[in-house]
Amino acid sequence: MKILLSWLNELTESGVGFGDDVDRIGQQLTSLGLAVDGVERHGARVDGVVVAKVLRTEKHPDAAKVTRVWVDAGDGTERHVWCGATNMKAGDLVPLATLGTKMPDGREISRRGILGIDSEGMLCSGVELGIDEDSAGLKILPVSATLGENVFDALEVSPEVVFDLDVTRNRPDCYGHLGVARDLAAKWKVALRSASPSRREGKTPVGLSVDVRDERSCPSFSAIVIDGVRVTDSPEWVARRLRSAGMRSINNVVDVSNLVNLELNQPNHAYDLAKVGEGFIVRNARDGETVTTLDGVKRVLDGDLLICDGRDVPVGVAGIIGGLDSEVSATTTSLAVEIAHFEPQRIVGSASRLGLRTEASIRFERGVDPHGAERAFDRFVEVLSLTCPDLVVRRGVARQVADTLMPETRPVTVRRAEIQRVLGVDLEGGQIADLLGPIGFSVSGKGDELRVEIPSWRPDCAVEIDVIEEIARHYGYDELGKLVPKSPVYGRLTGAQLRRRTLRDVVLGLGLSETMPNPFLAPGDLESVGLKSQDALRLANPLVAEESILRTSLRPGMLKTIVYNQSHRVEGIRIFELGHVYPQGEGELPDEFESLCLMASGEDASAAVRWWTEISSALDIGAQLDQARAPLGYHPSRSATLSRGKILLGAVGEIDPRVLDLLGVQCRVACLELNASMICGESPRVPVAKSVSRFPSADFDLAFLAGAETTAASISRALKQATGSALDGLQIFDVYRGADLPSGSRSIGFRIRLRASDRTLTDDEVAEIRGRCIEAVAKVGGRLR
Amino acid sequence: MTSDLHQQIADSLESALRDVASAGDTRALQVVVSAVQGKKGRLAELKALLGQVGDIEQRKELGRLIGDAQSRLAASITIREEQLKDREHGERVASEGMDLSEFIGEHQRGHAHIVTQAMTRLEDVFVGLGFEVAEGPEVELDFYNFEALNMPKSHPARSEFDTMFLEPGSPAQQPGSVLLRTHTSPVQIRLMQRQQPPIYAVMPGRVFRRDTPDATHMPVFHQIEGLVVDKGITFAHLAGTIEAFTKAFFGSDFTSRLRPSFFPFTEPSAEFDIRRAEGDWIELGGCGMVHPNVLRAGGIDPEEYTGFAFGFGIDRMAKERHQVADIREMYTNDLRFLRQFP
Repeated sequence: MKILLSWLNELTESGVGFGDDVDRIGQQLTSLGLAVDGVERHGARVDGVVVAKVLRTEKHPDAAKVTRVWVDAGDGTERHVWCGATNMKAGDLVPLATLGTKMPDGREISRRGILGIDSEGMLCSGVELGIDEDSAGLKILPVSATLGENVFDALEVSPEVVFDLDVTRNRPDCYGHLGVARDLAAKWKVALRSASPSRREGKTPVGLSVDVRDERSCPSFSAIVIDGVRVTDSPEWVARRLRSAGMRSINNVVDVSNLVNLELNQPNHAYDLAKVGEGFIVRNARDGETVTTLDGVKRVLDGDLLICDGRDVPVGVAGIIGGLDSEVSATTTSLAVEIAHFEPQRIVGSASRLGLRTEASIRFERGVDPHGAERAFDRFVEVLSLTCPDLVVRRGVARQVADTLMPETRPVTVRRAEIQRVLGVDLEGGQIADLLGPIGFSVSGKGDELRVEIPSWRPDCAVEIDVIEEIARHYGYDELGKLVPKSPVYGRLTGAQLRRRTLRDVVLGLGLSETMPNPFLAPGDLESVGLKSQDALRLANPLVAEESILRTSLRPGMLKTIVYNQSHRVEGIRIFELGHVYPQGEGELPDEFESLCLMASGEDASAAVRWWTEISSALDIGAQLDQARAPLGYHPSRSATLSRGKILLGAVGEIDPRVLDLLGVQCRVACLELNASMICGESPRVPVAKSVSRFPSADFDLAFLAGAETTAASISRALKQATGSALDGLQIFDVYRGADLPSGSRSIGFRIRLRASDRTLTDDEVAEIRGRCIEAVAKVGGRLR
Repeated sequence: MTSDLHQQIADSLESALRDVASAGDTRALQVVVSAVQGKKGRLAELKALLGQVGDIEQRKELGRLIGDAQSRLAASITIREEQLKDREHGERVASEGMDLSEFIGEHQRGHAHIVTQAMTRLEDVFVGLGFEVAEGPEVELDFYNFEALNMPKSHPARSEFDTMFLEPGSPAQQPGSVLLRTHTSPVQIRLMQRQQPPIYAVMPGRVFRRDTPDATHMPVFHQIEGLVVDKGITFAHLAGTIEAFTKAFFGSDFTSRLRPSFFPFTEPSAEFDIRRAEGDWIELGGCGMVHPNVLRAGGIDPEEYTGFAFGFGIDRMAKERHQVADIREMYTNDLRFLRQFP
């Protein structure tokens, strides 16, 4: 929202204003909750730019794009300047920036010449001087200007400061300068100017009919008629003000309409009375009905609220934009000026359907003072009188108001104790009245309970806490102090959170880097990695179709990451992700959980098993590794599920070569997936210390020949059972496959260490256990070599 | 006989000392030592002969001589042993030198994502300030994401959240009621419903907005929020907590300010800015006193308890800390990018 400082100043009593310390005013606005996003300065006086008269112009044969101009700046000497513009002729008065002038863009005017001929200054456009928004060549000055006078004096341009305010949703009143001025004046302790004088009315009655057929959407509709209007240019100050606020100057009537809107946050519309006939109808559009709006676009309507003339021909889309046919033109002599109140949600709907947001719709959406029409009519007439001194306002107002449907602000009870409870300061009733009074809230009642009347322009204030916020704003957030609460809670991470940190740290230690792929997948992504998609949720409004499926597994994202990195020739891709997956279950929400996925390109399943070994040891979790049924999408003969009883903890192995082929990955990919929510959520036992044995160990190796159907794990299990409590260490030290062994079988060497806690094992005992080992392994299919 | 013994002691010592001196390495020395000092060594044999010397004075005299000879021999062995050990150490060291720089290579440890790093640091600071860390689902119900946060169905502020909705996936889901959380605030409601005050908790996590990715926006990003609900909590406690966090996280030379703003779920609401002494204010996040309607939705009586909440983005913090030019780079998962950060 662009807010002009001069306009704010003018709205204070006798124009006392807020001074010229722009930084301080900006800070005050920010401290009131009107954040200053930027400050622009327009029309700042430039010293050295004087009124000069064009004496004659001449083209130079070698310089096609520039003209030679001789000017007189009132000192009797003839000066030569080069000029790129062509809109001047002899006798015109133009701005001349004399040598040494510092221009608003920072450059200094020097005797810079072309073709060896010096230029004694520069002729300027309005843009170059910072007084116009757009330009067509040099700024041609009015003939009344005095030669040699500073151009800014000649044009009576005063510098303008424009604040770009970020107006929050709870401050609709600040979409008008008056709302901002009211807040600032309260802070500054200066009074506001009183409203415009009541308009004088003529004898002729207004003579317009009003028929609102949807009073819920339009609880109030008023129109006045002004005769004796002459459509002309606006006064320079009006045009400049609108330009500074980011609008174009159109003509005196349209400009007044915009001025009233920007000042009072009161959208209004001026129709050419001759084109609206005898009155207005407010009704819903019929399907397919069309209206050509002021922007020249023919719009097909559908359920929008319309304003129609007395013959039921649309003259505008209510609260958004007027129609082109009833536009004010040069031939207009009488106006119908309409001010209505519309239900915000209706305007939101129409504006989004039309894809059109206008100065009016923005305001209606946020909330306009439902009782602001009279003041706005008066201001409209007051400013229009400046260009139409002979105007006559017809008697009365054509209106239809549904009192029971009008939004009302109700008085709010505010407890002093509540103020203290929320803000921490104890304020007297008088102090509260002093803070709220200047912004239009009237406070009555004594003691703890105060009655606060809410002004009609603050529809956002409805309950006690809303008023307490206003008190805080005007008391000053900075004045409320800073206290650190004494937390009675012991700050700490939960066991699961600590375990998640351990988990991540272990994985980082294994040499894997953390990635965060997109949790949204394209249709088919799950299938392409060998998974099913029937439990995947779909986005109802995805940004793009390629990101419309919510992941049920981290694998597609991880594999995409591998493909991406391979395509960028990154070596040694070892990555992991710890993130949520969202498979659909039976409930209101999906069966969301946190998953961990580790992958390394160029590594086989053994790497994944090693990862699992490290993680299971660090987090003290056990699981059965079951190769009987390969998990979906994994290498059928190089993968296993990790489970505990019926609970699936994860999967380990390699990605199915078929999946890798499809993705164009040329090497093996080791993969480990774990349900992180589950393994972090467990509370591991606290190990109880056992004293180590003082007695020597007995070590021996056994190598077994085993077929493919006999797993190393089953041999290990058999050895553990056979050795019982005497076992002090068991590891595989060698696996050998060779042509000298029966096909499909391999030799697995185990190193076994036995030890008793209370004695040295005798040779006989060791021999007996060794025998039991061989026997036990034979039962699971392993033959001693 | 006595003089003969005198001579024998002197000769034995001399011969033993010679043997020690000529031992070429510690192993040879060990052989010499067991020969001259052992039970069968010459000096030990002489000592055994002393019994045959009748005169007690002479016996004492000879005994002392043998003792002296043994001490001299022992000292000589010690010295020789030191010499040989030194020499052998020197030879070994000279022969087995390594250029350790040959072994400097790529480090093995992986890299945590910078968003995770920022989140971890934030959690640690808040834990230090007496907060717990709470979590919740990323797929949420409209009730927790909006309604309970004082944004009923028709609330205009909802449109500012650019929400991504899910198509119903089970009969239990109503169309338009399941969405990807647009902020971590739903965790506040879940926490309040689960636990009566005092509540001092932060809620970090992933959030979603239907924003087209650009240099400063991603549709998937991360936030952290804080919630305090207790008896006697005022706006000053909000400002004090923001200040304490600012100093703890950014450094004691930083300070904070609160300025009025608007959020449907807090009132009074504020934006908070931070700056280094005399620096420019940097907008960090939003905060405010928890709106009474939000406390009610969480099952807490607003007449008994007050509270405050605050929140800000983590990605932007990581982006600025590491001067990442384009936030999208943080999510390409290019290992060349990720490996820059320890």
